Amino acid sequence: MNRLINISPSPHVAGEYSVKKIMYGVVLALLPALAASVYFFGTGAIIVTLVSIASCVAFEYLIQKFIIKTTPKISDGSAILTGLLLAFNVPSNLPIWIIIIGALISIGVGKMSFGGLGQNPFNPALVGRVFLLISFPVQMTSWPKPLGFLTGYTDAVTGPTALGKLKEGIMNGETVSNIMQDIPSHMEAFYGHMGGSMGEISALALILGFAFMLYRKIITWHIPVILVGTVFAFTGILHFANPEQFAHPVFHILTGGVMLGAIFMATDMVTSPMNPKGMIIFAVGIGVITVLIRSFGAYPEGISFAILIMNAFVPIINKYVKPSRFGEEVKNGQ
Amino acid sequence: MLKTFKKGGVHPAENKLSANSAITMAELPKIATIPLGQHIGAPATPLVKKGDVVKVGQIVAQSSGFVSANIHSSVSGTVAKVEDTLDSTGFKRPAIIINVEGDDWLEEIDQSKDIKKEISLSAEDIKKSVQNAGIVGLGGATFPTHIKLSPPPGKTAEVLILNGVECEPYLTADHRLMLEKGEEMVIGTKILMKALGVNKAFIGIENNKPDAIKHLSDICKNYEGVEVTPLKVKYPQGGEKQLIKAVINREVPSGTLPIEVGAVVHNVGTAFAVYEAVQKNKPLIERVVTITGKSVKTPSNFMVRIGTPTIQLIEAAGGVPDDTGKMVSGGPMMGKAISSVDVPITKGSSGVLIFNNTEARRREVEPCIRCGKCVSVCPMGLEPYILMTFAEKQMWEETETESAMDCIECGSCMFTCPADRPLLDYIRLGKTTVGKIIRSRNQ
Repeated sequence: MNRLINISPSPHVAGEYSVKKIMYGVVLALLPALAASVYFFGTGAIIVTLVSIASCVAFEYLIQKFIIKTTPKISDGSAILTGLLLAFNVPSNLPIWIIIIGALISIGVGKMSFGGLGQNPFNPALVGRVFLLISFPVQMTSWPKPLGFLTGYTDAVTGPTALGKLKEGIMNGETVSNIMQDIPSHMEAFYGHMGGSMGEISALALILGFAFMLYRKIITWHIPVILVGTVFAFTGILHFANPEQFAHPVFHILTGGVMLGAIFMATDMVTSPMNPKGMIIFAVGIGVITVLIRSFGAYPEGISFAILIMNAFVPIINKYVKPSRFGEEVKNGQ
Repeated sequence: MLKTFKKGGVHPAENKLSANSAITMAELPKIATIPLGQHIGAPATPLVKKGDVVKVGQIVAQSSGFVSANIHSSVSGTVAKVEDTLDSTGFKRPAIIINVEGDDWLEEIDQSKDIKKEISLSAEDIKKSVQNAGIVGLGGATFPTHIKLSPPPGKTAEVLILNGVECEPYLTADHRLMLEKGEEMVIGTKILMKALGVNKAFIGIENNKPDAIKHLSDICKNYEGVEVTPLKVKYPQGGEKQLIKAVINREVPSGTLPIEVGAVVHNVGTAFAVYEAVQKNKPLIERVVTITGKSVKTPSNFMVRIGTPTIQLIEAAGGVPDDTGKMVSGGPMMGKAISSVDVPITKGSSGVLIFNNTEARRREVEPCIRCGKCVSVCPMGLEPYILMTFAEKQMWEETETESAMDCIECGSCMFTCPADRPLLDYIRLGKTTVGKIIRSRNQ
């Protein structure tokens, strides 16, 4: 009997994880937040999501095929995920042409210009979002009010977000307790009944997604918990130092993009540190910068900038923050 | 809570298909191929030549250095030749080839099944006996056992740890041996304790083998100082350093041996071989081998004479499956793919695993998505992704400073990598090259 058999070095078996499973796992985890968005914002949420995903996938395909000239690999799900996250970071009434520009920047500049999947230093969806925020400040900050499922794409009534009202009020010299009368309660904010970017409104839905990702072991708890904890602690200190100038910490973690950013944007594997120690430094950094921008900066919200800034530190964190080696403590004479 | 090691680890599908099949005696081979290098260290020097008649248990090759081991004939017959033959390492290396005639044992070997409990030999005589019997670590590393029984000057052994973890999926050789030769194994443990001068021994067994834990715990009641430690199932718990951490919670410092923390680790199969050598005067001429795989007709455990061709065992387990795609000597995590079914069983062969066509292929490599899973599963606290990159780019200095030499090659990183990157392939390349650099620097 003669036949050829394979020869290769060990290990000869592989585990259950794959890039595809991870990407689609995150997409699944985002579905509750998408449902919440459609529930509160109506048709617009669906249109924005579909346009964003379709254009991200299309740009990835075109760039891989005609510019990099490689076999397009859009089935790995990473472009779908970027598209979904980009949609989550914009208002649900954003004009289609702006979404397409955002997708081009996300995929073209944020991801493919660095070499594609795994090579980009910055979160691609946030690169797109920040580009849009700076280029189209009016459209990017006209937040539809959560008027319910039947709201059409263009007939949305807009108004400022809770954080926007807070910033404006403080700038005009009002006190926090005055401003708060006009702002959704903590419970409403938890469910998501408030204005804001499409996917960021419902803390409840985002936390469901977090639980799912933990269960599937896609991410670890470190970044989300430490990030939210840092925002809570820092704003808590400010609040108790001066409650008329700085809002309550619960308000801060439930409004704006803290939940979305902590659970889905900062945990992007490619652009976050490789080991838990590094992740903790990274998450604390994002939390601190976010609160600094919110409380002392010109913008009402700062988590996108905070994540992008800390993304830039990831290579340094990875270089200097090492996991503890086996046998290390003993080596140091302990 | 069950004990285990702290850092990293994975849990591959156990697939212990042959766990319930009792050990059966494999048939004698017609031709036995006995390699001279079946252990770590220098190959043994042959003592026989073509035409010599040998008996079972007769020494046929002598230890040739400090790290080396004697080799005995596992069969009786006539030496056909001494020549280079393909073995499970994939290389042609010198071996003694014997035409088997009958089964004629040396008279001084006690072939009876009686269990001899009383240990009459002194510590020194035990060491000599173990050395003469050519015993090496049977867990797969094949380090000569007698060296581990004589700690270097200035170091003392405090505790003996028996490795009954068998954390490799599929393999059941140690499991069956613990069930069927438990008493002999515990006596072997007492012998090792006497040789080392320690009065405490732990037998580490993962709790996916509750029958073995119970059986040995019952036996240990009659033997002072020997105790079973049940462990949580986690790969690579059978790694020496991981096992020491799990059982006695001590960490062996980087670059040193277990004796540094007062521990000596031996495989349970080795303890049985020590029993046979010391109490029965029987050298290491046979061992338990698992033949397994999802397509294998009857996954089995055999007691096999060293030098038996692998194909003979596969035939005894139902023949080579039609969809065979790869054959591995050892387990799926650390075993070596063999290139021919004719390679002989050696002292280090714990099993032969047969993969079908689909299992045999690696998945397509994708770009690293920097998920950090390789870092989180590494039991040595290394960063496999960066080691791979350094080795790929031939940055040997960085490979060394990132502790590549601490890698135990357990394969957890590559097993868990979602992008199926060849992490361990490159880390091995890095280790080999860095090892050469270190040696040339020390000269």
